[in-house]
Amino acid sequence: MLEIEINGQQLTVETGSTVMDAANQAGVYIPHFCYHKKLSIAANCRMCLVEVEKAPKPLPACATPVTDGMKVKTHSELAAKAQKGVMEFLLINHPLDCPICDQGGECQLQDLAVGYGGSSSRYEEEKRVVANKDLGPLISTDMTRCIHCTRCVRFGDEIAGRMELGMANRGEHSEIMPFISKTVDSELSGNMIDLCPVGALTSKPFRYSARTWELSRRKSVSPHDGLGSNLIVQVKHNKVYRVLPNENEAINECWIADRDRFSYEALNSEARLTKPMIKNGGIWKEVSWTQVLEYVAHGLLDIRKNSGASEIAGLISPHSTTEEIFLFQKLLRAFGTNNIDSRIKQSDFSADSAYQGIPWLGQSIAEFSSLNSMLLVGSNLRKEIPLLASRVRYAVKHGASVATITAKDTQQYIKFKGKALVSPANFANTLLAVLHAVAQSAGKPLPASFDTKVEVTALHQEIAKTLLSGEKQVILLGAEAQYHPQFATLLAIANAIAELSGAIVSVPALAANSVGAWAVGAVPTDAGDNAVQMFAKPKQAYVLFNVEPELDTYNPAQAVAALSSAKMVVVCSAFKSAAAEQYADVMLPITPFSETAGSYVNTEGKLQPFNGVVKPQGDARPAWKVLRVLADVLELPGFAYDSAEEVRADALDAEKILSRLNNRLGDGFAVNGLSAVDSIVRHAEVPLYNADPIVRRAPALQATKDVAVPVAVVNPALAERMGLSAGAKVQVKQANATSSFELVIDSLVADNTVSIPAGHPATSMLGGYFDHVSLERV
Amino acid sequence: MLTTESLAKIDREVAKYPAAQKQSAVMGALRIAQQEKSWLSTDLIEFVANYLDIPPIAAYEVATFYNMYDLKPVGKFKITVCTNLPCALGGGVAAADYLKEKLNIGFGETTADGKFTLVEGECMGACGDAPVLLVNNHSMCSFMSKEAIDAKLAELDKLGN
Amino acid sequence: MAVFEKGVIFEGVDTADSSCWSLAAYQARGGYTALKKLIEAQTPQDEVIAEIKNSSLRGRGGAGFPTGLKWSFMPRSFPGDKYIVCNSDEGEPGTFKDRDIMWFNPHALIEGMIIAAYAMGVKRGYNYIHGEIFEVYERFETALDEARAAGLLGERILGSDFSFDLFAHHGYGAYICGEETALLESLEGKKGQPRFKPPFPASFGLYGKPTTINNTESFASVPFIIKDGASKFLEAGKPNNGGTKLFSISGHVNRPGNYEIPLGTPFATLLEMAGGMKDGKKLKAVIPGGSSAPILPGDVMMDLTMDYDAISKAGSMLGSGAVIVMNEDVCMVKALERLAYFYHEESCGQCTPCREGTGWLYRVIHRIENGLGRPDDLDLLTSVGNNMAGKTICALADAAVFPVRSFTKHFRSEFEYHIENKKCLVDHKWF
Ligand SMILES: Cc1cc2nc3c(=O)[nH]c(=O)nc-3n(C[C@H](O)[C@H](O)[C@H](O)COP(=O)(O)O)c2cc1C
Ligand code: SF4
Ligand code: FES
Repeated sequence: MLEIEINGQQLTVETGSTVMDAANQAGVYIPHFCYHKKLSIAANCRMCLVEVEKAPKPLPACATPVTDGMKVKTHSELAAKAQKGVMEFLLINHPLDCPICDQGGECQLQDLAVGYGGSSSRYEEEKRVVANKDLGPLISTDMTRCIHCTRCVRFGDEIAGRMELGMANRGEHSEIMPFISKTVDSELSGNMIDLCPVGALTSKPFRYSARTWELSRRKSVSPHDGLGSNLIVQVKHNKVYRVLPNENEAINECWIADRDRFSYEALNSEARLTKPMIKNGGIWKEVSWTQVLEYVAHGLLDIRKNSGASEIAGLISPHSTTEEIFLFQKLLRAFGTNNIDSRIKQSDFSADSAYQGIPWLGQSIAEFSSLNSMLLVGSNLRKEIPLLASRVRYAVKHGASVATITAKDTQQYIKFKGKALVSPANFANTLLAVLHAVAQSAGKPLPASFDTKVEVTALHQEIAKTLLSGEKQVILLGAEAQYHPQFATLLAIANAIAELSGAIVSVPALAANSVGAWAVGAVPTDAGDNAVQMFAKPKQAYVLFNVEPELDTYNPAQAVAALSSAKMVVVCSAFKSAAAEQYADVMLPITPFSETAGSYVNTEGKLQPFNGVVKPQGDARPAWKVLRVLADVLELPGFAYDSAEEVRADALDAEKILSRLNNRLGDGFAVNGLSAVDSIVRHAEVPLYNADPIVRRAPALQATKDVAVPVAVVNPALAERMGLSAGAKVQVKQANATSSFELVIDSLVADNTVSIPAGHPATSMLGGYFDHVSLERV
Repeated sequence: MLTTESLAKIDREVAKYPAAQKQSAVMGALRIAQQEKSWLSTDLIEFVANYLDIPPIAAYEVATFYNMYDLKPVGKFKITVCTNLPCALGGGVAAADYLKEKLNIGFGETTADGKFTLVEGECMGACGDAPVLLVNNHSMCSFMSKEAIDAKLAELDKLGN
Repeated sequence: MAVFEKGVIFEGVDTADSSCWSLAAYQARGGYTALKKLIEAQTPQDEVIAEIKNSSLRGRGGAGFPTGLKWSFMPRSFPGDKYIVCNSDEGEPGTFKDRDIMWFNPHALIEGMIIAAYAMGVKRGYNYIHGEIFEVYERFETALDEARAAGLLGERILGSDFSFDLFAHHGYGAYICGEETALLESLEGKKGQPRFKPPFPASFGLYGKPTTINNTESFASVPFIIKDGASKFLEAGKPNNGGTKLFSISGHVNRPGNYEIPLGTPFATLLEMAGGMKDGKKLKAVIPGGSSAPILPGDVMMDLTMDYDAISKAGSMLGSGAVIVMNEDVCMVKALERLAYFYHEESCGQCTPCREGTGWLYRVIHRIENGLGRPDDLDLLTSVGNNMAGKTICALADAAVFPVRSFTKHFRSEFEYHIENKKCLVDHKWF
C-alpha cells in the first residue's frame, strides 16, 4: 500500500496503482480521453496531465505509477495550463460540427471543451479532412472527428480478440481504419461506439434519429444469451431508440454484445404481431382478445374432452420471462398435460431422470476471467455467448490454456493447446479418450462405466495435459454438445473427467432464461413428452409460446410435419411469421421483453427482474396477463395474480436458486455405444443472429457477415471421396427431408461432416442438427 | 504470390526472432515482398500478414508507417533525394531541382515512360556525402553533382530498357 | 566517405583499404583480444561494468547517459530472457557516424556488443539499422556471419560457457525509431510508436523483457576500454567527458565527414580539420549536436570546446555529435522551415501535442517564409512550442521545439524582418 496526496487529500492506494486510479478512488475527476479502465494504457491523448511534486514536467495521470508519499495537484496552474494546451491541440483539427453530430450531448470532447477549451481558435490554417470508412452495417463513421485516442483499436485487439481497426499512416496523417475493403465484423463491435469519446464512431441504425437528451433511460436485461447482460434502453415517444450497456462488473462488465445492442430494431418492426388473429377457412382474421381467448379455451377443452389432455403439448421458448414460463406450465399442468418443455433445441433427454439439479454455468461468470485451463466441447463460444468468450480470452492472455473438441474449427481468437477436429458423431468417443488420457496422467483408475476400450492418441494426451495444467479448470459443453444426440453421454464423461481432474463442468445457458425455465418447471414431468417426443409422436394440439419450431427446434422438418397435421395450433408470439400462418389456427399477440415486467435467471443462477420500458404495441399484451386471463376463461383456480411480482414470488425463491444448480448426473446413468463412427453426419451451428425470433428480425444485424445464405461445407477429403467440387449444387437428405445447397470445401470442417447451419428458413426443411445425412450432386 | 526465393528470405528473417515473435519479421518480409513486386498491393500485404499469422491491419499499419514502403506503383527506378537541412547545405535541394528538370516531373511523380519516380527523402544518415540519392531504396549514391546525376540517369536509363 | 582522424574506434583503420572491415583485418588490428581477455580470465561481470563506469563513457546516441551506469540497471539474476539492442537507426539530420562505424569497422561494434552481453548476462541481441543504408546492413550481416563462423557468436563463445547471438534488424524509414522505445516497438514488428516510461527498458524492454539499448558508437567504444583500460579512454578526453568522439560535420565546410577527436577539442580546431569554411564564406551559425540541438551563432561556437559540458553550458547539446555548419548566405527562416517540415513529417502521431503541434509550427513558419507572416506569429510559435515541449511520451516534440526556440531567439531580427517585409533579409542560397 502506498500513501498519496491528491489536491491536499491524503489517501492510501494499492501498490501498482496509477495516479488516475488514486484520483478515481479519491473521487477527483481528471480529464481524459484515451484512458479507459478496461483497456491497456496508451497515454497518448495527454489530456490527463497533472502536476506531481518534484517532477519537472506535468505527468499523465493515467500512466504514472503512484510512488509512496507522492503529492499530486490536478488543478494547479501547471496542470491547468497543460490541460488547456492539449485541449487546444485536440480542437484545431476537430470540426466544430456539434449541432449536426450524433455524439452531441454525450461527447467527452464537447464536455471537456467547455471546461478546458479556449473561447476562440488561434489556429487559422486549413483543417484536416479525413475520409469516412465503411465499417459495415452497425457502425457509422465521421473520421474527421477522430481524436486518435486509439480506444477503438485497443478494444478490437484486447477485448474483441482481433485487431480489426488500426491507426494507419503516421503523424498528422494518422487515420483509424480497417484493412482495405474490410469491415468490422466482431460480434462485440458496438462497444467501439460507446468507447469513442467523440462522434467519429456512431451507431448506424440510431444515426440521426434522436438526440440523447430527448431520450429517457430505462434499465432492462438482454433477452438473448444466458449471460443476462444488463441494459440501458433509451426510449422516446413510447419507442425504443437505442440500447446501451448498463455496467455490471459481475456479468457484462461495461460491454454488451452487438446482439444485445442492435436487436431492438425488431421491436419496432413491421413484423410485430399486434392483433389477436384467428384462421377461418384458411383466411386470417383480426379478432378481439375476448374472442381469441374464448376460441382457444374452447378448442383446448374440446380436445381434452375428446382425446384427453395428453394430446396437448406446450413448447415455450427459454427466452421468455420467468413469470410467463411459470404461468405457462402451471396452466397446462392444471389443464391436465405434462407435455411441457422449454429445451427447444435439445435432442437428448436420456439424462432427465439422472440430473442432480439444473444444468448451469458451473461457476460464476466472473470466474471465467481467472480460469487457468479449459476444454471446450462442441462450442463456438464467441458466437454462443460473446462476452463469456471475451472473459476466456482475458484468462488466456493471463496465461490460461485452452483445448477444444469441435467439428468445425471456428475462430475463437485463442491459440488452442490441443485441438481435436472430429465429426459430431465422434465427440463422445473423443471425450472418452481424453478421459482415459486424464486418468493415465493423473494416475487414477477409470470409473467403471467408462472402462471401455478406446484408442488414446498423442492428441488426446495433449488435450488432457492442457486441462490438467491449471488449478482452475473448466470443461465447457457448448451448443453443439448441448443439442447433440449424445448430450447426456458427453455430460457424463465430462463429469467423470471433472471427478479425476478437479475441473468444473460448465453447461452455459444458451438462452436468456434457460435456467429460469427449468427452475419454474418448464420441463416434462410424470411421463410427459419432451421437446422431441412431442413432435415425434404428433399431438392433436400445440401451444407454442415465443417459439418458431421451423427454426428453433432440433428437427424442424419433423416439428413442422406434426404441427401441420395437428387439430389446433395456438401461437403466442410477438411476431408474425409466414410459417405460423400456415400451421397455426390462432395467434395471440404477446409482448416482447421490452413491453412487460418480468425476470430472467441467468446462467450463473442470478435472478434479474426488469420492468417494461415502453407500453405494449397495438393490442399486444404482456403474456403473464394473457395467461392469467386464459386460466380464468378455462376456469382454472390459483391464477389470481395482480402483478408480475406476485407471479415471480410464487414461481421461485431467488435465494434458493443457486442451491438447485448442479451439473452432475446420478450414479444410475449408464454410458454405452461409444465406438467410432465413420458415416457422414450433419453439423448444424445456430448462427448468432439466427438464434431467436427477435434477432432474426433485426435488419442491421441481418446485414452483417454473420448472416449468410446457408451453404453445405465439407472438408477436402470428403469432397474428393465423393467426387464433389466446390460451387456445385448438392442435394442434402436427412431422413424424409431434402434440401439443396451450394457446396463449399473447407478444411476447417472435420472429415465425414457436412456443416449446414440451422435457424434459417433455407434449412428449416431439414432434419436433426447432428443426424446422419447423405449428399448427392444435383 | 511470392517466389520461393523470396519466401526463403522471409523465412530467414523469421528465424532471427524468438519462435513466438514472428511479427518481428514483418518489416523484413514487407521489404522482401516489395523488392520482388516493386510495390505493396493490398493483396501482397494481406499475403505477408497471413504468412506471418498476424491481422492484415497490423501489417498495413507497418506498411503505411515506414517511408520506404510503396503502397502505390512506382517507376522502374525510384529515386529518393534527401533535401533535409544538412543535405540542402551540401547541394541536396539543387540536386533535386536538377532531377526535376531533367526528368520533367515533380516529387511523387513518375515519368511518362514509367522509368523514374522522384521522391523527396528525409535524412538518410549520409549528410557528409551530400547530395545523396537512393535508388530503389537500397542503393545509395553519394556526392551527386550534376555530372554524376547525368551519368547515373544514363546508366539507369540503359538498364531500364 | 572519408574518416580523417583516428581515435578509440578508428585507430589503425585504413578506410582506403576495401577489406578494412573484415574479421581478418579487425583481428590484425588487435580486434577481439578484449573479448578473449575477459573470457580467458573469466572476469566477473561486475568488474567489466566497473571498468565501463570508470571510463566515464557517455552514451553517444544523444542523451549522453553514462553507459556503465545504464548497464548496472540490468537485473543480473533475472531468470528469463534478456536482450541488448544496438541503436544504429541514426536518422537525426546531420548524423552519419554510425554508418561509417558499421561500414569500415563493424567488428568493433560486434565485439562491443558481445562484451556487453557478457557483462549483463544476455544471450541475444539485435542491431537495429537505419532503413536507408541497406548496403551497410548487408555488410553488417556478412560481418555477423564471419563472427559466427569464427566461434565469436553463437553457442559457447570461444569454447567458454558463455553463449550469445546477435542479429541485424533493418529499419525502413522512420526517424522516430531512433527513440529507444519506438525502436523496440519496431523490432517487435509494429509501428515505431514510443512507449511511456516507466517502465523503463531495463525492466520492460524488448518483448517485455529486461533490455539495454545503446548507440552504435557507445558499443563500439567498449573494446578499446576493455583492452586498453578505462583510464586510457578517460585520458583521451576530459574529465566527465571521457574518450574520443566521432563528429559528423556537414554543411558549408570544405571537407565534410566524420572526425574522431578527443572530447574537449576546440570547435575552431574541428572546423579547421574539416578544411575550414567553404569558399571562404563567413560562419553564421552552427547546430552542434544534430538537428534537435539548439542552434548557436557562429561567434559563440568559435569560443567553445566540443564536449558535453561546454556545449550544454552554452545553451545547446552535444547530442549525437552532428555539427551542421551554415554560412552567411543561409536564411534562418528557410533553414528552420525545413527542419520544422522534418519534425512534422516524422512525428509518429500518437501524442496529441506532437501530432497536432508539429504541423502547426511548420505551417506558421512556412507562412512567415512565404511572406504571409503576422505580427504575433513569433509569440504564437513560442506559445505553441511551450504547449508541446515536455507534454508528450517521447522527446520528439521537444526536439521539434528546440530549433524553433533557438532560431527565433538567436536570429529574431531575421524573423521579424520576414514578417514585416514579406521577404528575406539575406539573399538566401542553400550552397
Ligand atoms: C526523437 C529521438 C530520436 C533519437 N534518435 C536516435 C538515433 O538515431 N540514434 C541513437 O543512438 N539514439 C537516438 N535517440 C536516443 C535514444 O533514445 C537512446 O537514448 C540512445 O539510443 C541510447 O544510447 P546511448 O546511451 O548509447 O546514447 C533518439 C531519441 C529521440 C527522442
Ligand atoms: S475513432 Fe474514436 S475511439 Fe477510435 S481513435 Fe478515433 S476518437 Fe478514438
Ligand atoms: S488519459 Fe492519460 S494520456 Fe490520455
